[in-house]
Amino acid sequence: MSTPTLTLSLTLDHLDTLESESIHIFREVAAEFERPVLLFSGGKDSVVMLHLAAKAFWPGPVPFPLLHIDTGHNFPEVLAYRDRAVAATGVRLEVAMVQDYIDDGRLTDRTDGTRNPLQTQPLLDAIADHRFDAVFGGGRRDEEKARAKERIFSLRDEFGAWDPRNQRPELWNLYNGRHRPGEHVRVFPLSNWTELDVWRYIAREDISLPALYYAHDREVFERDGMLLALGPVSQPRESETVVTKQVRYRTVGDMSCTGAVESDALNVHDVVIEVAATRLTERGATRADDRISEAAMEDRKKEGYF
Amino acid sequence: MPTTATTATTATTATTATTTPTSTPTTRHGHPTLLRLATAGSVDDGKSTLVGRLLHDSKSVLADQLDALERVSRERGLAHADLALLTDGLRAEREQGITIDVAYRYFATADRSFILADCPGHVQYTRNTVTGASTADAVVLLVDARKGVLEQTRRHLAVAALLRVPHVIVAVNKIDLVDFDEDVYAQVASDLGAVATDLGLPDLRTVPVSALNGDNVVDRSSRTDWYAGPTLLEILENLPVADDPGQEQFRFPVQLTLRPQEAARTAAHREYRGYAGQIASGIVRVGDEVVVLPGGRRTTIAGIDTADGELTHAFAPRSVSLRLTDDIDVARGDLIAAASCAPEPTRDLLATVCWLSDVPLSKCGRVLLKHTTRTTRAIISAVNGILDLDAVKIVPAQDLVLNDIGRLRIRTADPIAAEPYARHRRTGAFLLIDPQSGQTLAAGMLEDPLAGEGDHADQWDI
Repeated sequence: MSTPTLTLSLTLDHLDTLESESIHIFREVAAEFERPVLLFSGGKDSVVMLHLAAKAFWPGPVPFPLLHIDTGHNFPEVLAYRDRAVAATGVRLEVAMVQDYIDDGRLTDRTDGTRNPLQTQPLLDAIADHRFDAVFGGGRRDEEKARAKERIFSLRDEFGAWDPRNQRPELWNLYNGRHRPGEHVRVFPLSNWTELDVWRYIAREDISLPALYYAHDREVFERDGMLLALGPVSQPRESETVVTKQVRYRTVGDMSCTGAVESDALNVHDVVIEVAATRLTERGATRADDRISEAAMEDRKKEGYF
Repeated sequence: MPTTATTATTATTATTATTTPTSTPTTRHGHPTLLRLATAGSVDDGKSTLVGRLLHDSKSVLADQLDALERVSRERGLAHADLALLTDGLRAEREQGITIDVAYRYFATADRSFILADCPGHVQYTRNTVTGASTADAVVLLVDARKGVLEQTRRHLAVAALLRVPHVIVAVNKIDLVDFDEDVYAQVASDLGAVATDLGLPDLRTVPVSALNGDNVVDRSSRTDWYAGPTLLEILENLPVADDPGQEQFRFPVQLTLRPQEAARTAAHREYRGYAGQIASGIVRVGDEVVVLPGGRRTTIAGIDTADGELTHAFAPRSVSLRLTDDIDVARGDLIAAASCAPEPTRDLLATVCWLSDVPLSKCGRVLLKHTTRTTRAIISAVNGILDLDAVKIVPAQDLVLNDIGRLRIRTADPIAAEPYARHRRTGAFLLIDPQSGQTLAAGMLEDPLAGEGDHADQWDI
């Protein structure tokens, strides 16, 4: 039976729902804060954030700058992508270098070589120096157990610390961004997105990414069950053999501790299928630093990490 | 030949996205929808286990998470992997074996993605349940089949009723521990039905489960052959999503004005002036007559814009930018509403609030009230009483402390386009904020300003 009257199906699909929620968050921050900044590394989550921000303020420009905390352990193609993306949007990019801190002795390289935890101090200094009061991060609650408990608006004290036991309740879509001088708010517009949502959205919106997110041949060696790329900051130990494999990256971070996964996914549609069928979490598969302990991420977040 | 849909099979799980071409431009048929859930339950009802089971049996737990789970369970001397450990995120929670804070979980089936706010049962249960329920399309409440309906069960249901959660599903858990006895389940289900009627809950469903063993969570149990209904996941997959915008009145809180001038992305947009926001309820069409509140100026919708292009109409909860026919003064905090049924702005509010702060109301003199996109100064003019969740009635009170639910009179500095929460979940809700510390003090739900107080001074009109 068909009815002659026009019936509208009035349900947004889940990507439209997530997009609208994120755009609402960007606009709330732009309206209520004086000096927001968006953390941008060229990784896929930050790329999606910038895409959403551009949509939120269209036909105007993105009304805040970008900030990259550069570990110095970068994949060169990601840095090149970052600079292209910044040029295309015309937004100002601030860069804080971990290497500067190591060169002048404020930070020392760790024995395990990873620089992800060393990003915290340059990040907090950049926030203080620029007096940023809202900092957009690409963190998603599906990534990790401590992140699952974080609010969309997450208050940080003057030390940048997250107090998971004393978070503000977050009701409806009424975000409370009140903060005192010296405090700031981390804002996570992708809180409710999963890795698969991000990839489906990248496919739907035809967003370009650094090429290493897709399968390519690369010289790698295996360490702790992960495939690490051969490069200036990631050299094999004596027992480790370098082989060429077809791999892609699920996350992009410090090259010395970000693992590649073997993959046949040559394009975004292959990746969507691969992520939908994966049996390993994004971080479990690719981040050595998150394996340190059950509470590795929680500990870093309490100290002011992303 | 277009296929004819059979009438009663809404539960088909075909994943194909393009079977029949859609006749309307408003929806992408076959794309998954999003459903927001909140859990509730008392201590030891097995809530973490149920959530773990839901994630595990819907294949949302991945191999490395399972490995970690089995390793930790072994280290603690447990015979089986403890699914509850999947949901305890913080160090203190794992060390103390408790859940402290609302945690958000994500899982998906072919047709639907789920966001699950996992609300702890014991510590600050009202605060957490109110938080989780505020955004929920459905609440999943656990009841221990051996204990039946407890005081706390009634309280959780009262909170769901108060927050106007459209659907409540009660998982009658530990059905294995009552030998899968149909009579026990029937008694609990009947008691729950009576409570639901008392509270005026619009939709309450029950399902007998064993979270520990997985009976009727995702897969049908062979041990409850007397139960012919759907499993918990089947219920969740087939609930209608949220509210039907077609039945609602159009409401649009203005977040900001988009007026790029010379900074516009294209030269054609230098003169652009649009009002950005997320549709809170209802549908808007180009040409609709609207009123801008609290000012009261009437105009019509000249255009509905997104970065992807113009729309002829849009509905909640889409984020858009509206252009108006007349050049009138519109700013953040204003509400654009359907002209035919707009609320009357007022500075005197009657509201039910859940007190969320350790600082009692009596220590908070002047507060900030955040309603939609407007924040204004406010004072509490009177405490009319406090809700006794067990008796579901108002008792006299002078003060509100953490987890109390009370009824207040509030006076605001600016007029508010106030609407009863019962009919407008987005534009009937507000926060009270401490202007000094910035802490969120209370979650508020506006009552019908016309209803007055006299006729239900001690009744709780849920």
